Amino acid sequence: MITQLSWKIGGQQGEGLESTDRIFSTALSRLGYHLYGYRHFSSRIKGGHTNNKIRISTRPIRAISDDLDILVAFDQETIDLNAHELRDGGIIIADDKFNPTVPEHIKARLIPVPFTGIAEELGTSLMKNMVATGASAALLGLSIDVIKAVVEEEFGRKGPAVVEKNVEAVSRGAKYMLEQTGGPLEEFMLAPGDGAERLFIIGNEACGLGALAAGCRIMSAYPITPASEIMEYLIKRLPKFGGTVVQTEDEIAAVTMAIGAGYGGVRAMTASAGPGLSLMMEAIGLSGMTETPVVIVDTQRGGPSTGLPTKQEQSDLNALVYGTHGEIPKVVIAPSTIEECFYDMIEAFNIAETYQCPVIVMTDLQLALGKQTAEKFDYERIKIERGKLVRGELPALEENKLFKRYEFTEDGISPRVLPGQKHGLHHVTGVEHDQEGRPSEGPANRKKMMEKRLKKLQYLRITDAIKVDAPHEQPDLLIIGMGSTGGTIDEARGRLDAKTNHITIRQIHPFPTEELRPYIEQAKQVVVVENNATGQLANQIKLHLGHHDKIRNVLKYDGNPFLPAELYHAFKELI
Amino acid sequence: MATFKDFRNNVKPNWCPGCGDFSVQASIQRAAANVGLEPENLAVVSGIGCSGRISGYINCYGFHGIHGRALPIAQGLKLANRDLTVIASGGDGDGFAIGMGHTIHAIRRNINITYIVMDNQIYGLTKGQTSPRSAFGFKTKSTPEGSIESALSPLEIAMAAGATFVAQSFSSNLKQLTELIELAIKHEGFSFINVFSPCVTFNKINTYDWFKENIVDLAEFPDYDPSNRIMAMSKIMETNGLLTGLIYQDKSRKAYEDLIPGFRQEALVNQNIEITREEFEKLVAEFR
Repeated sequence: MITQLSWKIGGQQGEGLESTDRIFSTALSRLGYHLYGYRHFSSRIKGGHTNNKIRISTRPIRAISDDLDILVAFDQETIDLNAHELRDGGIIIADDKFNPTVPEHIKARLIPVPFTGIAEELGTSLMKNMVATGASAALLGLSIDVIKAVVEEEFGRKGPAVVEKNVEAVSRGAKYMLEQTGGPLEEFMLAPGDGAERLFIIGNEACGLGALAAGCRIMSAYPITPASEIMEYLIKRLPKFGGTVVQTEDEIAAVTMAIGAGYGGVRAMTASAGPGLSLMMEAIGLSGMTETPVVIVDTQRGGPSTGLPTKQEQSDLNALVYGTHGEIPKVVIAPSTIEECFYDMIEAFNIAETYQCPVIVMTDLQLALGKQTAEKFDYERIKIERGKLVRGELPALEENKLFKRYEFTEDGISPRVLPGQKHGLHHVTGVEHDQEGRPSEGPANRKKMMEKRLKKLQYLRITDAIKVDAPHEQPDLLIIGMGSTGGTIDEARGRLDAKTNHITIRQIHPFPTEELRPYIEQAKQVVVVENNATGQLANQIKLHLGHHDKIRNVLKYDGNPFLPAELYHAFKELI
Repeated sequence: MATFKDFRNNVKPNWCPGCGDFSVQASIQRAAANVGLEPENLAVVSGIGCSGRISGYINCYGFHGIHGRALPIAQGLKLANRDLTVIASGGDGDGFAIGMGHTIHAIRRNINITYIVMDNQIYGLTKGQTSPRSAFGFKTKSTPEGSIESALSPLEIAMAAGATFVAQSFSSNLKQLTELIELAIKHEGFSFINVFSPCVTFNKINTYDWFKENIVDLAEFPDYDPSNRIMAMSKIMETNGLLTGLIYQDKSRKAYEDLIPGFRQEALVNQNIEITREEFEKLVAEFR
């Protein structure tokens, strides 16, 4: 029996691989396995090689694996492109229809299965995915009953006949596999899962669910990879809560519409990737200057320009920290797990309203789209904080006076009223303004207003601004990362025979300098792991803390997430 | 009940003496009072440019945004609080150059707001460059030899984009403009009003006198039917866009807000935003 393995399914984009993947992995999740998925796809709809890889484990995992145990292939191209990942003795399950062959140097066993043949016997070749699902399940020694239950849910609304045929396809696939292998194979049989109930979810859905729980009721957005799932999630669920998603004409409209809704008093958001964020920059300044809350999710992908639209990168940090002209208070949060995507969205909306400023939630493609098991989200942790929002009766204003929406206060945060409130009239402008919001260019007012806005975030610390795993007082190596890389870092650390600490920076801006300082000072060496080419996070650390001499980079910017082995070798070289 | 004086504030506009925008400001104030609004029920969202300052010159909730983006801000605001009367306004550069994409899409989206463009065929605040409304051959600081681009026709564009309310007026005709703004506020959908609002400093061609000579009032055509789309389009073309009055109104189409599934009559801003444990459990169960 084994405790973890990696399974990959590949074929032409648009062939329905996703349903196989979904059914197979949902069943595994229900059996209590921990899963971590990785999608390889291209910027096209039909055709082109695509594959989904899932790592299955009896213990929590948050990294893709270095190699592969099982490859399910719907075409020869899948074998040609992916077989090199298979470990020696791995298995290729391939449709016998295309007469699969295994490249000579690959030491894997090929088991041809008539995916198409069995599916056609049952009525339609479309069901070849189900045959593949059954064959995979049998190889892992999984109970077919759980798969059947998921198939019933997937096809239930198409009627009992369709369900029955698909279940039959699963059973036939399983039976055929067992005939080939002569029964379950010990080295592929998974030890039982713990049966615990977990969620099986992508980061984008967790962000959408977090927004909903936070009371977000308007999302305005423009479709873009890899952010679109957030709007697709919310458009289906917001109507039940009286809200809506508006698909706008561009990202500038998306962000300014959200700002308009925020001005109106409704929690509103947008989501995009690098190209969209670039377009939003002027409006982010408007939000900062007018102290109007807005939440923006940036699911980073490969840049610059159109870059690598479907690939992993973490290169928007500089743009998010420094973007927009002038100087405004702005918050950039980087969740590093699925659970954090959910809770951070709630915190983002609370911060946006409490501090009356733009909040950017920065994820990355692997976190946004990689489907994973996650611990169930806790209802008790949903808290809505709206800061100095004043609703209801207001005292009458003196003649020719407006409400001091931008009143100078000790913490820089002014009372906020909403359009529609009697005696709350005030002006809002992106032009420098006085306490009532009226344009004012005087130097004394300008200075005070700048200081008022900028001091708002002085003491802001999100929950776990840095996430610390520091068992050693004087580590040989302090490893720092952000976003989706944490699991891979931990896996690489586990293989090292050295004292290492690991810190994940979650509050990117304002930078948590003092929290980080003791850990940097005690470490012999610091290495910053990032999916970009210039070490943007490392540069932030150097800027705020110095220590240039002991900060090193491990960078990857070829579009793929780090593998544990890559990080292991990089760390080993440094120690 | 509020009178037009209640929509006045003590801010002195920084427009040039004689600027057409003064009349637009007065018309909005009068129309707001005439339809029975209180100042807190009106929000004016404006763009950037001379005309963009209008949101600060009316006693109401005013939002002076960024160049070209008044419309998306106004639409977001209306979705947040459908009890508000929302007027977006700006100049021809704001609406037909940098913000043209939003103008067309706001028209076809048909959210129940009013959009008033103060059209002076020139860039005023940047001191006299060509606008998308400047005529071919028009000489400005940025077109010293005369514009070699053709002027666009906002009325035709609005019609083509599926507008449900299209009107045009002239800032000298305070009575007509006020009435049109009242109609626009009452219209259930997106209302577009283009207003010839002469720039007395930088546009020496399209002057008050020039407009008086060249525009025709639709009131002169007793048979004109503003519910007839073909008639509207023909009249715009016949007059080369130099007509005033209610040009087109489609009362049959529902506003965007009334078409959103699940969107309630109660203003979104007044609804409870907390979700119950039961609702939460249902949402989470989707991912098992």
